[in-house]
Parts: sequence; C-alpha cells; structure tokens
Amino acid sequence: MQTVTQTIQSVPLNHYILFSAIIFAIGVIGVLIRRNAIVIFMSVELMLNAVNVLLAAFSVYHNDASGQVFVFFIMALAAAEVAVGLAIIVMIYRNTHSTDINVLNKLKW
Amino acid sequence: MSIPLFYFVAFLSIFFALMVIFAKNPIHSVLYLIITFFTFTIHYVLLNAQFLAIVNFIVYMGAIMVLFLFVLMLLNLNKDTEPMKSNFVKIAGVIAGMCFLVTLVGSVKTLHISEPVLLINPGLGLVKNLGQVLFSKFLLPFEISSILLLSAMVGAVLLAKKEPKNI
Amino acid sequence: MINLVWLVPLFPLIGFLINGLVRNVLPKGLVGFIGSFSVLLSFCVSVGIFVELNNSDVKSFIIPLFDWIQVGSLSIPFSFQVDPLSSLMLLIVTGIGFLIHVYSIGYMHSDAGFAKFFSYLNLFVFFMLLLVLGSNYVVMFIGWEGVGLCSYLLIGFWFTNSSYASAAKKAFVMNRIGDLGFLIAVFLIYSTFGSVEFSNIFPQAANFTDAYLRLPGMKLGILTAITLLLFVGATGKSAQIPLFTWLPDAMAGPTPVSALIHAATMVTAGIYMIARSNVLFTLAPLTLDVVAIIGLATAILAATIALTQTDIKKVLAYSTVSQLGYMFLGLGVGAYTGAFFHLITHAFFKALLFLGAGSVIHAMSNEQDMRSMGGLKKKLPITFLTMLVGTIAIAGLPPFSGFFSKDEILAHVYEHNKVLWAIGVIGAMFTAFYMLRMLFLTFYGNFRGTIEQESHLHESPKSMTIPLIVLAILSIIGGFIGIPEVLGGKHWLAEFLTPVFSPSYAITTTPVMDHATEYTLMVVSIVGVLLAITIAYLRYIKRKHVPVSGESVERGFLAKLSYHKYYIDELYDALIGRPLNALSRFFYKIMDKSIIDGLVNGSGKAAVETSKGFRLLQTGNIGFYIFMMVFGVIALLVYGYYYGFIIFD
Repeated sequence: MQTVTQTIQSVPLNHYILFSAIIFAIGVIGVLIRRNAIVIFMSVELMLNAVNVLLAAFSVYHNDASGQVFVFFIMALAAAEVAVGLAIIVMIYRNTHSTDINVLNKLKW
Repeated sequence: MSIPLFYFVAFLSIFFALMVIFAKNPIHSVLYLIITFFTFTIHYVLLNAQFLAIVNFIVYMGAIMVLFLFVLMLLNLNKDTEPMKSNFVKIAGVIAGMCFLVTLVGSVKTLHISEPVLLINPGLGLVKNLGQVLFSKFLLPFEISSILLLSAMVGAVLLAKKEPKNI
Repeated sequence: MINLVWLVPLFPLIGFLINGLVRNVLPKGLVGFIGSFSVLLSFCVSVGIFVELNNSDVKSFIIPLFDWIQVGSLSIPFSFQVDPLSSLMLLIVTGIGFLIHVYSIGYMHSDAGFAKFFSYLNLFVFFMLLLVLGSNYVVMFIGWEGVGLCSYLLIGFWFTNSSYASAAKKAFVMNRIGDLGFLIAVFLIYSTFGSVEFSNIFPQAANFTDAYLRLPGMKLGILTAITLLLFVGATGKSAQIPLFTWLPDAMAGPTPVSALIHAATMVTAGIYMIARSNVLFTLAPLTLDVVAIIGLATAILAATIALTQTDIKKVLAYSTVSQLGYMFLGLGVGAYTGAFFHLITHAFFKALLFLGAGSVIHAMSNEQDMRSMGGLKKKLPITFLTMLVGTIAIAGLPPFSGFFSKDEILAHVYEHNKVLWAIGVIGAMFTAFYMLRMLFLTFYGNFRGTIEQESHLHESPKSMTIPLIVLAILSIIGGFIGIPEVLGGKHWLAEFLTPVFSPSYAITTTPVMDHATEYTLMVVSIVGVLLAITIAYLRYIKRKHVPVSGESVERGFLAKLSYHKYYIDELYDALIGRPLNALSRFFYKIMDKSIIDGLVNGSGKAAVETSKGFRLLQTGNIGFYIFMMVFGVIALLVYGYYYGFIIFD
C-alpha cells in the first residue's frame, strides 16, 4: 500500500478539480438529454460521485479527515436516496406503465 | 508510472461516464456505470483513502447498482424501447452541459491552485483514523444519518408496496 | 354653599345615569320624579349660591375640581367659576329646567320613550350647567358641545319620522360650523394669552394694545379675529344669520324641548359666552359693530318671516330667533346688562309661550297648524290666560317683563345709532303683530279643526298648567329686577352684574341719557306696539281673517318672500348643498370609482394578466425545468466569475 500512496504525490490539485468537473458535467448532460427516469437517476449518481472524489482529494490536500467523513455521509445519503427514488419510480411505472419523464407533465397551469 | 496511472484512470472514468449517458439500452447504462464506479474506487485507492475505496466498492458497486439492475429488470425495461429526445434537445443539452463545464472550470481557474496533492499523513484515510473523527467530531450527524437510513427504508417499503385494489 | 357648586351639575348627571341606565326597570312615575327632583335639588343649591353670593363682598369665586390637562406649558384645570353672571344663569337653567321637567311629565306621559326623554333632558341640563359654570373656555366648550349633542338627540327624539331626523342632522351640522369658529377662537386665545382661563385672559386683555399684535398677512387685529370667531360660534348656537335656519326646523322635537333648549337656555349660550367675554368684545369695536348689525338683521328677518307662518311652533321659533337678534343687538351696542336682562325675561316668557303652545298642541291631538285652531279660549282657560301674559310680555307692554328689557336695549341702541333704533322699533312692532296674530288665530273666533279634535279638547293636567302659571307670574314680575332709574327703580340687575361688566365699562364711557329722551323712547315704542296690536285686532278679530293654506295661493311679493322664509333654505341648498353634493358625486364617481378603485383593481388585473403570461413557463415538463435550473447555475457561476463569490474571497 505504501508504494501506491507514494505514486500519487505529484498530481496537481487542479487536475482533480478538472476531472471532477468533467464527470459532473457529463452527469448534467445525462440528466438533460435522457428521458428514462432511471438513466437520469444514474446520471445523478454520477454527479454525486464526482463530488465525492473531489472531496477525498481536498481531504488529502488539506490533511483533514473531515472531507472523507463527508464522503461517507454522502454515500449514506445516496443509498437512502436511491432506495426512495427507485421506489418512487416503481410507483410511477405502476401507474403510467412508463418511466418516461415527458409523461409526467401534469404539474403545470 | 504513477502520474500516468492517474490520468489513465481518469480517462477511463470519463469514457465510461460518457458511455453511461449515451448507451441506448438502460441495462448497458447500468453496466457502464458499474465500471465507472470501479474506476472511482481506484481513485480512492490512489488517494490512500482506503476506507472510502472499500465502502465505494461495496455500497455503490454492490448494493446500489444491484438495486438499479433489479428495478430495471423488474420493470422489464431491458430493451431499446426508450423513445429518445429529439436531436435539438440533445444538442441543446450537450451545449448546456459544456457551457456548465466551461464556466465551472473557468471559475476554478481563478483560484490558481496548482500545487500537487501531497499526502502528509499516510494514515489519513485509514479506518482507524476516520473512525476516531467520525465518533468524536461527527457523532451527532452519524446518529442522524442512521435515522435517515431507517426512514428511507420505511419510505421505500411504503412506496413500493402494492396498493390494495378497490379501496 | 359656593364651595358646593359642583353639586349643581352633579344632580342632573346622576339623574341622567339613573334614568339612562335602568330606565327599562323604573316605573314612569319614578322616572319623572327622578328627572325633576334632580333638577330641583340643583335649583335649591343654585338658590343657596345666589343668596350667598349676593351677601358676599367677593363677587367671583373659582372652585377647582381637578387638574384636567397638564401638558408642558398648557394647563387646563377643570374648575368652576361662580360670579353674578353664572349664578344668574344657574338659576335660569335649573329653575326653568325644573318647571319644564315637571311639565314634561304631563306632556310626554303617553310617549314610549318617556324615560329616554327624561335622561336626555337631564343630560342637557348637566351640559348646560357645565357650559355656564366653566371657568375657562375649554370646560365651556365641553358644555357647548354637550348641549349641541343633547339638542341633536332631542330634536330627533321621534327619529322614526325621517324629516324630524334630518332636522336634527341639520341642527347638528349648522352648530358644528359655529363650533369650529369657537374652537379656532379658543386656539387663538391660547396662543395669544397663553391660557384659556377667564381669570387670566380678561385682565391681560384689558392691558392689551391691539396695535402691535396682528395676524401674519392680515390687517385684522388679533382681538378682533378672536372675537369674530367667537361670534361665529355664537351665531351657530344662538341661531343668528347666517346659521339660523336650523332653529325653526328644530321644532321637530317635543315641545318641552323647544321650550327648554331652543328658547330658554341653549340658544342663549351664545349671548352668555359673549357676555362672559365682554372685555374682549369691548376691545374690538369692529366686532361689536358686526354683532349689532347681524343681530338687528336677524331680528328683522326672523320677525318678518314669523308674520306669515301658520305653524304655531314655527311662529314661536322665528320669534325666538328674532328676540335673540335683539340680544345680540344689545351686546353689539355695549348694553351687556340689557342683553342679559332680555335673556332672563325672554327665558321666562318664551318658555311660557312654548309650553302654552305645547298645551294647545296637546289639547289638539298633536295639531300644530293654527288654521285648524281657533276659539280655544273657553276650552283652555288657563292656557289662554298664561299665553296672553306671555304674548303681552314679549310684545313689550308695561309693566310686563319684556317691556323693560327690550326698552333698555333699544335705549342703548338709540344712543349708539338712531337708524338702528328705528329699525329695532319697527321690529318690535312686527313682534307685537305676529304674536297677537298667533294668539287671535289660536284662541279667538270659531273652532276650525275636525269634530273629532273638538270633542277631544281639554285643559291640560296639573303638571302642565302649574309650570305655566309659575312662568306667567315670572313673566309679569320678571322685569322688576331691572326697573330703570327713570321710572324710579334701582336697576338691581345692573348693580348685581357690575363686577362682571365693569372692565368693559371702564374702557368705554356710556353717555348718560336725559330723562326726557328716555320717556320719549318708551312712549314711542309703546305707541308702536299698540298700533301693531290694533292692526292685528282689526285683521284677525274684526275681519276674522284666516290665512289660506296651500302653495298655489296667489300672494303678494313680500308675503310670498316671508311665507317661504326668504327662500334661505333653498339658497343654502343651491349655494352650498348642491355644489357640495356635486363635488361629492364627482369625487365618488371620478376619484373614488375610477381612479382609486381603478388603481386597486388595475394592479390586481395586471397581476392576473402577467401571471397568465408567465404561467405558460410552467410547462410541467421536467426536462425543461432542469434546463432552466442548469442555466440558472451557469448564470450564477458567470456572475461569480466576474464579480467574485464570497466563498472565493
């Protein structure tokens, strides 16, 4: 393990930020262009994980364990979210026989 | 070889993330997502965040992704049935996302942080260290998160329960 | 006894509270007893005060009750002033008030609002006593407003009749115009003298040189301004031109009310107030001239209107206005004693006449039109005799009370201005004529009413006739308190009132009249009155002339003017009422409905319309929402990039 950790030493922080931003943007694009609620959900998971990686990187950079604890909390949150979210999607599917979000346009004037 | 390793893994992450959102079949999306998460696990390992790596591996790749797969198969969506959005919306979405990326990166650039990430304390991401922080500084949020998980569980069960017909 | 002066207004107040609060429980007899007895108690205390004051060397007492308003330099105590003027007024208000209370027991016996009536009457007496007793203008103003309120309540006592209710409203509004003048005068007095207390103002005013105190931008001396404004107040309350039209309409109230409020007491409040402020008025000669001219004009105008009226109470009402005009004429020429003398005698005989008229109306089953009366002499002997006394008294034949007081005023007027005197004498002749006309039409000739009314004719009960008799006696002997020197009298009243009016007399010197002139004046006025009486006799007894009814009848121009009260009501309606109505309608239709409502409704409509446009944004399409959200985040980031996020600092 020790050798692995030594290898990372010289990656600039900016590159981590850039990487996270790219993954996050991909998540955003996924949300925007897909109509399947489950795929949109997966894109949200992508965004969450982009933030997680960045948090971990900052945690190491600042030598502060709090960042990683936050990642842990976010994972707990994501688990809860996925459980509830998927349950909702199952409900919606049961009612509309579709997971297309364009069907869900009742919430308007 | 260490530095190229990071960039290689990062490249893989981005590539599979793109595959996730562009795959037509939702099943394929889920599978690509699992691969993406696996690359994230590698990132955690590279950051010496061993605990996070394990949790990510078990919770995300194991539990959450299986959940996704279950739902997909349960709803019988493993076909290319999804009617895709019109090209105009797709392009607009991509452009919006790119704009978002550009502004994000642009604003980050103003910070001018380009020092390398140095691991000062090798034991930072170990279970022992994290546990100490978690159970001292973050004890209350930790307890609250347990309630969150409980209520999420109850909620999920309640929502997914089959409604009795003819109320 | 003088220290107990607070008891005087207290009794009627208690009477008002008892009758007002528990009136539904008490039997009628008890209500009438409480109402009358409380005033009687006040009368007894007043008599005590009067006797003590008469024997005392000090002629002015101030009895403080409590500090009422203490703000910075403004200090208004709630205190009473007892001096010859107020003690005499106390006697009049409580004495006549008591008689009228007793009379009301008989007059109102079958009215549903019996107890209410008595509580209002008691409240009126309370406020009138406050007005009279107040040792400063503010306490006086409380009484001033209070009697106005009671007057309103009592005129509109039968408020179910809408014309009565509007008469009450008219009286109230007209009074309010005058009250505004009074109020402004009080403010001016405070700003000029730094006090509203009589005992502080009058000595200051005597040493006041009008020259250096002028209103900004006005050539008017400040004393003149104050007194003119006070006079505006007096014209409202005492029914002078231009605010007199409410008094004839005020006859809508029950007759005892007309007698007490609109003849004997409240309408004399203006006279009392000017007599009380005589120093200020004497120092403002311009105002005195205005007062004299308005007084005389009112006297003549009202007298000529009274010539052709056919409603018995209307005749008396215009007569009251006319007599009040004489009082103001007296005040205007500096005959304060004479004016006050006339106030006293007028209170006696006018109360008598009104009560007598009430007795007639009572007998006639609420018929007020003299054309339907006639020949009542036999049926109502006591009423007739007392009315006869009252008529002669007001006509001004010696030795009845009206003669002395009116002649004193006219004598002073003669010294002041011969023309005014001549007009005054003609007015007195008019007075004699219309009063005799009323008497002849009512009591002589044949009965002209319906058979039903005739069968119902009866003399009034004792509770009504006894006050009539008492007042008749007072009308006969009332003049003896002021027999002029020339007739061998001492003029006790003038002597008694000297402490009050001496500051004024110190300022102006009254030329002493030789006795020959005085005799001549008396003879002239007596002859004039006798002439008027003769004409009335010829016209209404010999020729049995009865005024014809109806609007269609052809009348001479002057008679028409008089019959229609010079169209003054119509004039006011055209000059003030209609423009005000039009303005109100304009504000209602244009300002309120179009502009203000338009603004309110318009903003509401604008919100609705813009919302109709903006709600199209709510497509219900989740993708669209997310798009918008992303653009929002981008916008935020761009903003932060250029202007800096706080977290980046």
